[in-house]
Amino acid sequence: MALLSFERRYRVRGGTLLGGNLFDFWVGPFYVGFFGVTTMFFAIVGTALIFWGASQGPTWNPWLINIEPPALKHGLRFAPLMEGGIWQLVTICAIGAFSSWALRQAEISRKLGMALHIPIAYSVAILAYVTLVVVRPVLLGAWGHGFPYGIFSHLDWVSNTGYQYLHFHYNPAHMIAVSFFFTTTLALSLHGGLILSAVNPVKGQSVRTAEYEDSFFRDHIGYSIGALGIHRLGLFLALSAGIWSAICIVISGPFWTKGWPEWWSWWLSLPVWN
Amino acid sequence: MSPFLKASGVFVALLLTSGVVLAFERTSSFQMGHPGVGMDLVQTNKELEAKVQANKVPAALPAASSDGQLAVDAYKNVQVLGHLSSGDFTRLMTAITTWVAPEQGCAYCHAPVKDANGNPEKDEDGYIIADTNNLHSDELYAKRVARRMLQMTMQINGEWQPHVKATGVTCYTCHRGNPVPQYIWFNGTPVEGRPMIGSNGSQNGPSLKVGLASLPSDSFETYLRGDATANIRVISKSALPDEANVATVKSTEQTYGLMMHMSTSLGVNCTYCHNSRSMAEWSTSPPTRNTAWYGIRMVRELNREYLEPLHDTYPANRLGPTGDAPKANCTTCHQGAFKPLLGVSMLKDYQVLAAAKTQPAKTPPPEPAPEGAPAPEGAPAPEGAAPPAPATP
Repeated sequence: MALLSFERRYRVRGGTLLGGNLFDFWVGPFYVGFFGVTTMFFAIVGTALIFWGASQGPTWNPWLINIEPPALKHGLRFAPLMEGGIWQLVTICAIGAFSSWALRQAEISRKLGMALHIPIAYSVAILAYVTLVVVRPVLLGAWGHGFPYGIFSHLDWVSNTGYQYLHFHYNPAHMIAVSFFFTTTLALSLHGGLILSAVNPVKGQSVRTAEYEDSFFRDHIGYSIGALGIHRLGLFLALSAGIWSAICIVISGPFWTKGWPEWWSWWLSLPVWN
Repeated sequence: MSPFLKASGVFVALLLTSGVVLAFERTSSFQMGHPGVGMDLVQTNKELEAKVQANKVPAALPAASSDGQLAVDAYKNVQVLGHLSSGDFTRLMTAITTWVAPEQGCAYCHAPVKDANGNPEKDEDGYIIADTNNLHSDELYAKRVARRMLQMTMQINGEWQPHVKATGVTCYTCHRGNPVPQYIWFNGTPVEGRPMIGSNGSQNGPSLKVGLASLPSDSFETYLRGDATANIRVISKSALPDEANVATVKSTEQTYGLMMHMSTSLGVNCTYCHNSRSMAEWSTSPPTRNTAWYGIRMVRELNREYLEPLHDTYPANRLGPTGDAPKANCTTCHQGAFKPLLGVSMLKDYQVLAAAKTQPAKTPPPEPAPEGAPAPEGAPAPEGAAPPAPATP
């Protein structure tokens, strides 16, 4: 991994949240820190548990390996290891590893005197995961409502959980989340295209400055959001996609148990046409 | 940040939090598939309690004597229940009255007492009084329909056990105290021949038939009435289009529409009968799908053989907007419960409805027989036979 000679200057002491100077060092290009250690710990233990679970299962086919959550009858209790207990431990490890990763991002940000946008953004992804495997199962009263850890098996869960509400595309939060996901890719492709067209010109052409970028969009749609604005917009769109995904699943069950098409009956009973 | 902004932020946060807390309801979950597959049913405890309340079963009437004179001999014009003892017959008539016409009473089906002008006479509560001397009359359409419904009930219990199992059905399963069952269906009226956009394909209107989705609402016409043996198969067996699968998008959506109906009528979701990994795959489907498969065929037979042929028997006000007879679907019996009346068998107390029986011939009026001559085979003993019970409940 390339490390530019001057980057070493930014390897400064301090900024740690926990552990003081104890873990304040680098291994090759990687900053370690207390949360680097905990990340490694949880990631290794969690992965080992998954391998152990796979070894007790019927297959080593990576598509079909499945670490299933406990049956609903176990409720919110600890389940026997082979009946979902591994899933519970893996979940603890996953949350531990993901949170450590976010805190390590925070330490690096502090070390560099930067704001915390990256750890906050990453936390939204953690929030979505925690919503799926902790918040919603707790609200519904059973760990068994979490999704299984397996490539095909988690797809079955997604499909079936959607069909629990008859037609998930009618879930209003799902609609918003999907719109944000698409808008994120739209914004990213427009932004990527614009930057490349300005700073990566064909041979013989000169690099264009930010004014050209702004002018392009003003000519094109009458408005340019600007160099700072596009990144604010991008972060907003991407985080909204994640947040609304979390909302769309947490309302399915704890806040709405019927088919999602039926939820729209309020629209039909609006006084305008009712 | 100004103190005002801060205060408003806190206020909004409190409002949102309290909204979320208030909207939350405790639920109960039922697992249909393997753990983690997501084949579960989540219901709020309130919904469950309401379901229990809505599916209370009326107490069975005390058993009647199964001996004694046969109904065919005790009464005139008994065509379907003639094999019952007159005690069982009267008990069933009484039960039917409480199940189907608890307010209207016997006169809902039986011809009324008439005054001098031929108008029905009413009691002090305003209800028409049945003429106990004219119970055999088929004057009222309701009586002619009821006879066919008895045959239908016996057909369901006798021939459709793969669907109704030993639980069976009675009149109450559908009627629940209503002369006309609450959940029946009529053909829809599709919008045809609009300029530019043509037919709406019975689609995109908010129809309860399809759980308010935009799916076509004419699934019943296609799947609950048509070909008695047709399978509902729209999923291709190959990845690319092949000649074998001729299903259209429209027919695919029609099947989805039918499934929306089945889910909402049973108060369940798709995963009650399917693993959505492959809706068509029987080996991953719960056994409930078998029961439902028979149910679809049963409803088709009931609509084709029993309900639609009654078209000419009904008065115009019982027919649908396109003049068709009322028909049955899953809701007619299930009414939001995965098993009608939550699986309580009323049939066990009314075994007389368990199957159709060949009707005995009416015993000829006893000729004065010579002393000591044996009674005709199968005839009820003349001594000790209950006198014809009054048929009014």
